[in-house]
Amino acid sequence: MKKLTLSLASLALALSTTGVMAQQVVRMGSEGAYPPFNYINEANELVGFEIDLGNELCRRAELTCEWVINDWDTIIPNLVGGNYDTIMAGMNATESRAEVISFTQAYKRPDPSAYMALVGTDPSVIQSGVIAAQSNTVQSGMVADTEATLIEFPTPDETIAAVRSGVADAVLADRDFLLTYQRDSDEFEFLDTVMPPGQGVSMGTRQSDDELRATFNAAIDEMKADGSLNEMLVEWFGDETPLFE
Amino acid sequence: MRTCAESFQGLILRSMGRQHGDALLPRGMEITFCDQVFLIGSGLIWNLYFAVLALAFGFFLATGLALAKASPRAWLRKPAGGFIFLFRGSPLFIQFFFAYEALSLLPRTGVDIPLLVTTITLETQWLTRAWAGALIVLFFNTAAYSAEIFHGALKAIPRGDLEAADAYGLTGLARFRRVIWPTMLRLAWPSYTNEAIFLFHATALVYFSAFPAWQQMGDALYYARYFADQTFNPFVAYPIAAAYFVLLTLVLIGVFGYINRRLNRHLPRAARARIRFRPQYIR
Amino acid sequence: MFPFCTDPTVLPDWQWFACYLTTATHLAMYRSVLVVLLLMALAAPLALALGFLGALAMRSAFVPFRAVGTVYVSMVRGVPDIIFFLFVPLALDQAVEYVLHKIRCPDWSEPIRRGNDFVVCAQAKFPLSSSPAWIHDIWGFTLALIAFALVFGAFAANTLHGAMAAVPRAQTETAEAFGMSPAQAFRRVLLPQMWVYALPGLSNLWMILTKATPLLFLLGIQDIVYWARELGGQKTGLYAYPHPDWRVWYFLGVLCFYLTLTWVSQRAFDRLMVRMNHGQATFGGDALRKAAP
Repeated sequence: MKKLTLSLASLALALSTTGVMAQQVVRMGSEGAYPPFNYINEANELVGFEIDLGNELCRRAELTCEWVINDWDTIIPNLVGGNYDTIMAGMNATESRAEVISFTQAYKRPDPSAYMALVGTDPSVIQSGVIAAQSNTVQSGMVADTEATLIEFPTPDETIAAVRSGVADAVLADRDFLLTYQRDSDEFEFLDTVMPPGQGVSMGTRQSDDELRATFNAAIDEMKADGSLNEMLVEWFGDETPLFE
Repeated sequence: MRTCAESFQGLILRSMGRQHGDALLPRGMEITFCDQVFLIGSGLIWNLYFAVLALAFGFFLATGLALAKASPRAWLRKPAGGFIFLFRGSPLFIQFFFAYEALSLLPRTGVDIPLLVTTITLETQWLTRAWAGALIVLFFNTAAYSAEIFHGALKAIPRGDLEAADAYGLTGLARFRRVIWPTMLRLAWPSYTNEAIFLFHATALVYFSAFPAWQQMGDALYYARYFADQTFNPFVAYPIAAAYFVLLTLVLIGVFGYINRRLNRHLPRAARARIRFRPQYIR
Repeated sequence: MFPFCTDPTVLPDWQWFACYLTTATHLAMYRSVLVVLLLMALAAPLALALGFLGALAMRSAFVPFRAVGTVYVSMVRGVPDIIFFLFVPLALDQAVEYVLHKIRCPDWSEPIRRGNDFVVCAQAKFPLSSSPAWIHDIWGFTLALIAFALVFGAFAANTLHGAMAAVPRAQTETAEAFGMSPAQAFRRVLLPQMWVYALPGLSNLWMILTKATPLLFLLGIQDIVYWARELGGQKTGLYAYPHPDWRVWYFLGVLCFYLTLTWVSQRAFDRLMVRMNHGQATFGGDALRKAAP
């Protein structure tokens, strides 16, 4: 008898938690400063590839989602602290991040990082010059591994400004991010590309949040299968971007 | 897992450059508690460098500015007042930004100064580095704040002291050096202690806003942020940095308190003690 | 904003700027000025109240009170505010949720700390995750407010403690000679007189508070510095109003804003000081008496 009430109680608990899940708002964290992944447009709206994708995933999974903007520096502590439930911020699923949070499958193939410099720069600066990178990124770690002089800036903007003003010889960052700058003017060119570590850009969730991760994984599967994810990738990143088969 | 001794050897001077310790900083899950303690401690070298030099240079400029501001001549008073207003009236954060932007606009190749026979090329590149650029900003900043404090103290010098100096026939530089300056310092010292604490804390802003870190050489906060980011846990690295700062602030208060006692040692014992000790019968 | 703003790429310069400066993001930046002012207006009295409590604790004859007051003041004063802001609000947020969790979900059997995760039951989320965004914004603002009040409360406590000690002893002795209780002497004699000694320090503190507000963006508040950085950075063709790096101009605007703010406050404090000096047994009070006809 006692056993029965116990299992009934746990069933009720299970029911009530799934009930909460259904009407619960999923809060999605993003940075809002990394075009074209996520950025704030002139109308003061959060837009970008990840915002479109996130909304579509929520629609398919029948979740109510709400976006939260958070600084890059504290984006993971705030996730594990429970201020929001997912991260979609151009975050590459690296091993060290996977120690602390869990990732869904990648929704964008790993994209190379690129060295960008003023037109006419000698490519040897990659090994011996001054290379700018945003602090606390995969790329700053990559430059630290080489013999080049690493110079770190708090925002990605400033790294580009440093190349322009001549403080740095080149900048190392995600190629997709740099492309918008390189296309815009004819002063920059790419010197080289390197593959960063990691599985590709993925959505981060708390390690204990298995249910939510499964939900989103299923939705991403669905979008990969019907080709809508590829369409979205082409729309935001152009034809050259690697697609999913 | 490396031992604490290895961490100490590899990291304690790392903020001075790659050649003074491990070329690569510890990463990800291999970071130990000792790594954090020693590397953040190593960053304090820069905080001390900025604080000590800015305070030392700033002290003299501040004395000059305070005298200029108290001067009856408008061409001295006005610029000094403007300088003080500009640096006291705006956030240090923004001053750093402007300094960096302005200094990085200087031509990369240097500035040519034509002299009669030859031309000297003045290197400007080093000015965009934190050790020079940020030091200049901090120097101007503390000079402005201290000048305001000194100026207030200058006005508060008891008339009797000045009359006594006159009676002894002291004039000009001797009168300033032996009467005005020591009295001004004595009166200004408690406020100046506060300013020194603020400046020491302000050194944490150097690598935070505008000035880039080269080869991962940074101050205590730079490394604390590095660890907070690598371990994704802000509750270890930042408290370590905070504890270091509390400790050094206590040392600072001790040193300044010692100087305060030296400055006041000629006063009658009761007058000295009155500021610090007071029976607690009112609550 | 204006009817002619539909296609910015074809506009002549002045119209382009008129449209550019009135985009929704620019309007948000203008509004953020109010946020900064509101924070200062709320943080100052809170810090003063906290400082008053701290000063009373520091003077207390009851040792635990004195210890708490002294430790609070010297800890917070010893830490740069920027480091304080980087972890205290986050800790505060989790502490609130922890307490709520203990109250609202006493039967919850799973641990709150699971590996790296901090998980509380849905009812203990503060604010609830189903709350509208503005409630989250207000909570974020409140956390920032508490952080500022805690930091500046410690500095105010130190200033007020010094001011209470600076009131001449003879004043309170006289009050007690008139038969006032210590509490009465404190309220009627010491309290009104200490302000004139506290004011220079407090005005200085206000200036420091003003100049600490650029750190608000660290606390996740979209303040004027956040917007200056965001809007001033180079905008590529992805945006409707592309432009090169204009941060210098934006920061120049922010600089002017702060210079005006400190200039106005300085004037206000100068006036207040003159009023405070009336009837005080100080050098300033003497000067006022002599000047009066």
